Amino acid sequence: MQTAKHVTMKFFTMPRNSVLAGLSLLLFSNPLQAQTDQDAIMMAKNNLCVGLMYGHSSWKNYWEGTYKRDNENIGTLSTSMYSIMPNYGISRRLNLLMNLPYVQTKASAGTLHGMKGIQDLSAWLKWMPVELDMGKSVFSVYGLAGASLPLTNYTPDFLPMSIGLHSRTASARLILDYQYSNWFVTASGTYTYRGNIKIARTAYYTTEMILSNEVEMPNVASYGARLGYRSNRFIAEAVLMGMNTLGGFDIRKNDMPFPSNKMNALTLGVNGKYNLPWVPGMSLTAGGNYVLHGRNVGQALNIDAGIYYILDFSKKKAATGNNSSGKLNEK
Amino acid sequence: MKKITSYIALSVLFSSSLFVACKKHITGRTDDINALAPASTDMNAGTWKMVLLTRPDTFAVAAPAAVTSSGYVGELNEIKGFQADMSEDQKKQMKYWSAGGVLRWNEIMRELVAKHNLPPYQNEDGVYPIPSSTNPFNYPTFPFSNPPYAARAYAYVSAAQYDALVACWYYKKLYNRPMPYKTDTNVKALATATDLPSYPSEAAVMAGVTAEMMKLLFPTEIDVINLKAQEQENAAIMAGAATRSDIIAGEALGRQVAQAFIARAKADNAGKAVGTQADWDALEKMNLDKGETPWYSLESPKRPPMLPLFGKVKPFLFDSATVVSLCPVPPPSTSSADMKADADEVLSYTKNPTAENIRIVQFWADGVGTYTPPGHWDAIAAEDFITKNYSEVRWARNMALLNMSMMDAAIECWFTKYHYCNPRPSQVNPEIKTLTGIPNFPSYISGHSTFSGAAATILGYLVPERASAYNDMAQEASFSRLAGGIHYKRDCQVGLDVGAKIGQYAITKAQNDGAGQ
Repeated sequence: MQTAKHVTMKFFTMPRNSVLAGLSLLLFSNPLQAQTDQDAIMMAKNNLCVGLMYGHSSWKNYWEGTYKRDNENIGTLSTSMYSIMPNYGISRRLNLLMNLPYVQTKASAGTLHGMKGIQDLSAWLKWMPVELDMGKSVFSVYGLAGASLPLTNYTPDFLPMSIGLHSRTASARLILDYQYSNWFVTASGTYTYRGNIKIARTAYYTTEMILSNEVEMPNVASYGARLGYRSNRFIAEAVLMGMNTLGGFDIRKNDMPFPSNKMNALTLGVNGKYNLPWVPGMSLTAGGNYVLHGRNVGQALNIDAGIYYILDFSKKKAATGNNSSGKLNEK
Repeated sequence: MKKITSYIALSVLFSSSLFVACKKHITGRTDDINALAPASTDMNAGTWKMVLLTRPDTFAVAAPAAVTSSGYVGELNEIKGFQADMSEDQKKQMKYWSAGGVLRWNEIMRELVAKHNLPPYQNEDGVYPIPSSTNPFNYPTFPFSNPPYAARAYAYVSAAQYDALVACWYYKKLYNRPMPYKTDTNVKALATATDLPSYPSEAAVMAGVTAEMMKLLFPTEIDVINLKAQEQENAAIMAGAATRSDIIAGEALGRQVAQAFIARAKADNAGKAVGTQADWDALEKMNLDKGETPWYSLESPKRPPMLPLFGKVKPFLFDSATVVSLCPVPPPSTSSADMKADADEVLSYTKNPTAENIRIVQFWADGVGTYTPPGHWDAIAAEDFITKNYSEVRWARNMALLNMSMMDAAIECWFTKYHYCNPRPSQVNPEIKTLTGIPNFPSYISGHSTFSGAAATILGYLVPERASAYNDMAQEASFSRLAGGIHYKRDCQVGLDVGAKIGQYAITKAQNDGAGQ
């Protein structure tokens, strides 16, 4: 039985977590987006996958509004991110994913002080309401609801050194996935509501003077397309992602960036995942992407690597390890 | 399938409900404040000592037509016409300006300072272009409203408003024309009803004097300013507080008073403060000749020092000889152990900054793209003045005292900075990383500290019940520069002391201007 292509078995259900699809997406600061909440793969019921991820993002050029420039007083801005990412299968159709990153920034030139700290905890409920098995192919639909919450009082008002924007967010995402044989295409769209933030200052200038320490944060729309190959042993994919803030304003010439800037980016990248044959349940991931075009963001090159391990808490410890989907078979 | 689609619909509904519930628009702290209701009309303000003019009647204002004249009756009808049919927009403008003209113009000034407080971007060859007042729209647009520029701009506008309002009060008392709503019961007092005479209109005096000053200070904003000036005048008419002739006389008086200040500004040496390459080279050589390490720009490419000759600008509160005599003792030699210890102390603050210190640095940063430290102190003062129910002329007087103090603090501070040309901590020890942008001028003495020492001193006199709060704020503002890694503690302490001395000059002036506390 090799017909069912939409793999939901143990190895495949591991989050293929080349995290950084998101790292560059959010620009100057880098709120991280886990691959797991972007991809079309589910964990099996009662399985807990824990991932440790390292990401590195760096840029020398950035867009000040639409004007692309460098800045000798920053040099290259690099962001390192260490992340722990649990993913639990409540059922084979409903997963809970979380991500807790520690972020550190550094500028290679100038005098600006790097920042570091625990950033925002994010959580996603990932639901697969549709999975149509059509013999040689599978079509599936995923709906996700997510939220993020800053865990520490890091400052968002010291861009580009800040480790994040300190906004509480709520997101809704729809993912459509079609797999034919081992090949797949995935499309996704996300809407993110960003709550207003508070800064230390009591007044600030955007396109006007605002006498408040509260900053109105524009919401964000993002979309993604993936094309790749999934097998029992590995996954490889190319990813195109776009992000647009719905509102916000441009950085003026030679001004400092600000959390409520318009921040747009289009990135292209690749991800890979390999399931270790000699350690069942363990997998390695790696990925990278580059900002092709942006506005008020750095032209970042992002790379990441992760290691993931699945703990099976299901009562039935079948040899296949798969209790999530009777209709699909291991190859 | 049907079940599935309804699931999807439900989930989408649920998610979208998350988004619509939250209100995002920000309301500013002074957006919805009440109309200014002065505790006293300060009827005798026409006798108060002025800043620049020697007499309140330096510029003549003709006697107004009698309130029984047909011309005046026509003017009352204009008010009634407005009041009978006011758009929501007009009501909003009326409410906005009713909070007080000095307050609103100060807020507009702060906005313009923030808007224009951007250091020029270098040319392809790494040379920084310099804004030109004769070609203000060309990049880099004029002005670059950095702290000294801003301090001077706030001071000139405030002082000119004050002198213009003293003259206004003089004529108000002289001609004693009652407010339109006192003459005609069909005219409503839509802001605050007062016993102040209406001729000439204080709103129009402020509109005229400010619009005229702005031609000099923010030449690219004249269209915006003129629109605001017109709104202020219309708001006074709509509120029933001025007739057309009150407005015309007031605006003319304001513009005339402004000319006296513009003449002073053109000759106060600020135009030469940028200096030339020869001036910049001389500063470097001065320290090298003394065997001291001179200040160097830490920007890349190296930027010429900010306004090195601003110390030669003519102060408001004392003469230029006093600027020299107020200059503090020199900082330690750059090669001394003291200097090294000072830098080590800075490093101890920046190595592992606490969250609270980062907050303090940010609260007081007032750097690029902000209204600068003088603007910050104006904001602090304005929010206290709002609670004091001052008359417009007293508002203007207190703002003028505050802003003249800070302009003179800028002059003294800049004089000192370029007298010693002391390097920043990060130049002495590149290990020192800063929690805010490093300013492009020498270290000793701290500008924030000098501004804050001066501001807290004069404000403590004007609003005595807040004196210790102002002092605490000044201490914190000063400390923020040490915690941010851009100043030695010595710069901050001496800066506060020098600032306090300058504030004392303002207190002396305040004690002798006839306005009382």
